[in-house]
Amino acid sequence: MIDRRLLTHFDWVTLTATAGLVITGLFSIYSATHLHMPSIYKKELYWVAIGSVVLVASFVVNYSLFERYAYFAYGASIMLLIAVFIIGTSSGGARRWISLGFLSIQPSEFAKLALIITLARHLSGKVIPKKGHSAKGLLVPGALLILPFLLIAKQPDLGTAIILWMIFWSMMLVVKIRLRTIAAFMLIFGAIAPLGWKMLKGYQKARLTSFIDPGKDPLGSGYHVLQSKIAIGSGGFFGKGFLQGTQGKLQFLPEHHTDFIFATFAEEWGFFGSLIVLGLFLTLVLSGLNTAINAKDRFGFLLALGVTSMFFWHSVINLGMVAGVLPVVGVPLPFISYGGSFLATSMIAAGLLINVRMRGFIF
Amino acid sequence: MSGYLKDKDPGELKGRAYAAAIFAAITFFVLAARLWQLQVKEARRFMELSTNNSIRLIKSPAPRGIISDRNGEKIADNRPGFDLYLVPEDVKDWDKTRQALYEMAVIEGSEIDKRLKAAKARPAFQAIKLKEDLSWDETARIEAGLFEMPGVMLEVAPKRSYLYSEAFAHLVGYIGEISEKELSEMSATRRYSPGDLTGKYGIEKSLEGDLRGADGGRQIEVDAAGRKIRDIDWVAPSPGNNTRLTIDLKTQLTAYLALKGRAGAVVAIEPSTGRVLAMVSTPGFEPNELSSGVTADKWREIVDNPFDVLTNRAIQGLYPPASTFKPIHALAALEENVITGETRIYSGPSFRFAGRDYRDWKEEGHGTISLHRAIIESSDTFFYQVGLKLGIDRLARHTREFGFGAKTGVGLLNEKSGIVPSSAWKKKALGVRWYEGETISASVGQGYMLATPLQVANAYAAIANGGTIFTPQLIEEVTLPDGNAIATFAPRKKGGLTVSEKNLKAVAEALKGVVHEQGGTAYFLSATGLKIAGKTGTAQVKKLVQRTKNIEGIAYKYRDHAWFAGYAPYDDPKIAVAVLVEHGGFGASAAAPVAREIFRAYLSDLPEDLPAVSPEDTIKASEGQAVRPAGASSEGPTEISD
Repeated sequence: MIDRRLLTHFDWVTLTATAGLVITGLFSIYSATHLHMPSIYKKELYWVAIGSVVLVASFVVNYSLFERYAYFAYGASIMLLIAVFIIGTSSGGARRWISLGFLSIQPSEFAKLALIITLARHLSGKVIPKKGHSAKGLLVPGALLILPFLLIAKQPDLGTAIILWMIFWSMMLVVKIRLRTIAAFMLIFGAIAPLGWKMLKGYQKARLTSFIDPGKDPLGSGYHVLQSKIAIGSGGFFGKGFLQGTQGKLQFLPEHHTDFIFATFAEEWGFFGSLIVLGLFLTLVLSGLNTAINAKDRFGFLLALGVTSMFFWHSVINLGMVAGVLPVVGVPLPFISYGGSFLATSMIAAGLLINVRMRGFIF
Repeated sequence: MSGYLKDKDPGELKGRAYAAAIFAAITFFVLAARLWQLQVKEARRFMELSTNNSIRLIKSPAPRGIISDRNGEKIADNRPGFDLYLVPEDVKDWDKTRQALYEMAVIEGSEIDKRLKAAKARPAFQAIKLKEDLSWDETARIEAGLFEMPGVMLEVAPKRSYLYSEAFAHLVGYIGEISEKELSEMSATRRYSPGDLTGKYGIEKSLEGDLRGADGGRQIEVDAAGRKIRDIDWVAPSPGNNTRLTIDLKTQLTAYLALKGRAGAVVAIEPSTGRVLAMVSTPGFEPNELSSGVTADKWREIVDNPFDVLTNRAIQGLYPPASTFKPIHALAALEENVITGETRIYSGPSFRFAGRDYRDWKEEGHGTISLHRAIIESSDTFFYQVGLKLGIDRLARHTREFGFGAKTGVGLLNEKSGIVPSSAWKKKALGVRWYEGETISASVGQGYMLATPLQVANAYAAIANGGTIFTPQLIEEVTLPDGNAIATFAPRKKGGLTVSEKNLKAVAEALKGVVHEQGGTAYFLSATGLKIAGKTGTAQVKKLVQRTKNIEGIAYKYRDHAWFAGYAPYDDPKIAVAVLVEHGGFGASAAAPVAREIFRAYLSDLPEDLPAVSPEDTIKASEGQAVRPAGASSEGPTEISD
């Protein structure tokens, strides 16, 4: 099935970075949960196994297959998102999961990939005007975005909705949008958002955010960030050592094995460990962009670009929020945060990068 | 074409991909710099914070929205009070702390254990509320002893204050600490945690979503002994939304004072809109006492009060409407052409049917009279005969049109629907067929028929406004704390009566006659000059063998319920009122004077001072007679109604 020539161009960089991050995740999850949730890391191990299988599966088939079935994948992801509202299970005020009995899946995670593939397919068949797309050219891609975006925002899952939004604009900007159109959009967003926000009073803002994401009460998120900063900062240069962290284990840190896992990690491994993780993510992103540049066709380029932008925004928004420089929105850290659907999605995404890379040199 | 494009080399896009790589590298550099700042530059400070575990979290409860009357006069407000908190992780000596808490604020050890257990799931080092709204003495004692009790904290928080005490007890309700059951019901919203206050009854409960604000919080840095060093951060609480009721304060207070000391209910409605001007149920309770953490003893006293203190009789009390039902019966008969305004019927002292005598309230009878006089004198024998001709099912159909037998939808919880008897209803509810003799009781609003005072008031409002049934409305407007309205409520029409103007006018004339013509059962009200129209009613509780006017001679529980329902002024109705006095005796003597006070209060233009209501107005259980007031209580076919 795999041409031997493909192996000569195998993307070892992406695979190594992925493996490094997954192992970091396993250690961190174990450290954060072994005292009071001793079964969590075993569950994560199952998911790593599932993830490895889907990773391999997503690079052995030729990626042109994804191009062919793009709209099918998109349709399926929308159906799943709608199904969440009908048969979904809720936890903590949000309805995000579909239970399959032995495990629960989170359709919003797969919707990210579906959107990337569909946008790549649509954009690869469009002539790019010399100065870039105008508002008209954004119509269809915008429609492709808005449907899953609204369905996910309604769950509510603000974090994933924001990621979809960022992926969309990353892909569109690289494909090129007319400067005039960008300026117009910026003006419109720039005028609406702060004006609307300013007209709201403090308590209304609090209401609005707690309406969109009831889990984050004004007291809670500020507290999370402070505790997260204490955990990270107290790690110092070399960290307190594996299993020696106190902040995460004492449950000061809510979500200490999911969204705030990096704080647990940084407390135990210090600035030194943090730099390694940052380095792995940067490697993944730069290698992904390199894959895009070397892709043999436009679909391959856009696919690699979309996947890379997903990794980029996920890691930057998560790290920014954990380090207290970005607001707290529920965005997990790829490969490291606990969560099966997102791990599987990230592994598939890594597989897609490998896929595009090893077929990039074959004509 | 697209095939060509698809395979096209993505070369033209490459330049921007390089730009993206540079952007990514810069972003990661910024993140690394931030981590350097936290983990290297400020590491010492964070290490200190982490070893002392020195951040404490304490809630700043939001003030609830203010409830006011239609003119903006405050009814429920907030005042500052002290709450006692405990951070269990900081407690060094539990025995000593328990002992001190008991001595200073009378908190039992079992109570502390209960609260610790309820707050199991809280984040570590978050303070738990131990006692709500301390007295000044307790506050002073605790404040003085804080230093010896690591882990104990005092915080100022807004407390609910009901300005008119019992007068609004049933309508506005009260708040209390959220129960475990409520907490699990509302867990999906994540807006509540143990110790939070929530509306328990009345408007406080039905408008909880608006009245409750969003709590803020305080991050406090403490020393090793758990004593506060400084505030690190404070998120201000945001107050709940204010609510303006349709209630008219003066009318409400007048109604309460007129009814006080007896069990009963008053509902006053603006006929042209369906807005509720007053809703009183007595006896009431002290909402301020209930809202600031009621003791078990006090609660038992309230629950055990034989007068059903926690029943809002205006919407939950079910009574036979008795003679107040006659105008509705009259309209049904006129519409079905069973009688006309001119039909004259002999209405003697009693009416014989199927071998039994059904008495009239008036020993000497009324002679041969038409509908007009029949309503004015409240003849029973007249309506017995009309009812038999009309038949129970036609009567029921028209009765339901007035809103009887169904909840009015006023927006308070646990409203009762009452009963409009019909042959189908009896078959379904009791499994037996309808007997004609029962039509006789039903024709004078007795027997199976049951209605709430709100339903009666709303029906009379419809007669007053020319035939429109409104959904009674309690909320005029909900506003944000800054005064901007977020919801204003327009009158909601529920339906129209299918009665002709002529028939409605005939009945309205008769209601006017009750007060303004010689021989009317409420003739004495004409002296007020308020142009009152209305109808008295006396709902039989127990069949009495002897006719008697001496109410005092009858045991309380066997005394009849007294009704008055009406509106004023009859040429341009501004207010419709229903008054019910439980076991009050005759409608004319017990209920009509209450209604008179209400009409006077609402219609007089004189700027009077508001009547004063004090907490001492509470009926104590011991003062009343140990009797459970019968809500639905007609026994057997009725013969008397005034």
